[in-house]
Amino acid sequence: MSQILAAGTIAPAFSLHATPDQFVSLADFRGKPVILAFYPADWSPVCGDQMALYNEVRSEFHKHHATLLGISVDSAWCHGAFAEHRHLHFPLLADFEPKGAVARQYGAYREHEGTCERALFVIDGEGVIRWSYCSPVGVNPGADGILEALEALEGAPASGGVDAAAAGVAR
Amino acid sequence: MTQGTLRPPVSEGDHVMGDANAAVTLVEYGDFQCPHCARAHLVLPKVQAALGARLRFVFRNFPLAESHPDAMHAAEAAESVAARAGVGAYWAMYDALYEHQRDSEDALDDEHLLRYAEIVGASAADVARDLEADTYESRVKADFMSGVRSGVNGTPTFFINGHRFEGDWSNASSFVAALEAAAR
Repeated sequence: MSQILAAGTIAPAFSLHATPDQFVSLADFRGKPVILAFYPADWSPVCGDQMALYNEVRSEFHKHHATLLGISVDSAWCHGAFAEHRHLHFPLLADFEPKGAVARQYGAYREHEGTCERALFVIDGEGVIRWSYCSPVGVNPGADGILEALEALEGAPASGGVDAAAAGVAR
Repeated sequence: MTQGTLRPPVSEGDHVMGDANAAVTLVEYGDFQCPHCARAHLVLPKVQAALGARLRFVFRNFPLAESHPDAMHAAEAAESVAARAGVGAYWAMYDALYEHQRDSEDALDDEHLLRYAEIVGASAADVARDLEADTYESRVKADFMSGVRSGVNGTPTFFINGHRFEGDWSNASSFVAALEAAAR
């Protein structure tokens, strides 16, 4: 299994196709938490279950003002067909060209297979990774870890925001 | 928190088959329109026969509504039957839903749900009113969220004495062996 980026790391910026003519950037969600769910491939059975589960839980994610983004190396056209077939109501990003570039930055690329790991990241509004988890590739990690991470985020002060502002005043 | 731990634990609000003091409690999170759950429904009687009075069985709803458009109403209809006609009728409804799931494309539409409800002893008109008013929607959603928090990642997911069962439920003998081990 890859060594994925750990909590406390600045989340690498990215801008990827969500549809053939639409880009989504991490920076778009500044100020709100983002859940990044890397998964190996559209259509494979476990991924289907994992994305189907997140699809059902998204109202809970919304309660935490969090945005869920799925990412795999499939193309935007493939994502479109998959999302339509499974009635998915959240963006699937195409880490397609150069293939797996974003996954590599997060340490979530499976070199020998050319796919993403099944890796989860919860990123706070300041762009800092606050929780990450890499599941065995055949195991759907569920949503409980994400929800606990989002709750912890709300219980704790923002990673840099408040402190940095205070420091700014002190300077 | 330990991953794969049932929360909240089984309580009076649950649908329970068997003795509260049974040595093993098996909890299923299931979806009435899920084909895997229908397969599990064929395995469970063998498991229950093997364990007998040592086993207590609990069912909680985990409808994947976007994947299974009739799953939510099927679960709500079963809840309505439980509230209006009692625990015996609930388990008869549970059986009926899984037994008829694959009869036809519309086997779990509202019309069929009401028919099964009537057969198991509830009033179709009452259940229809409950479906119309979403009376049991919050109950079903609460079950669903308890599953999410317990680490349910697909259906069916089983918990044996509060711990997620990671083994193969489709094989009755290995399932029984795991339950036997928990009963000791």
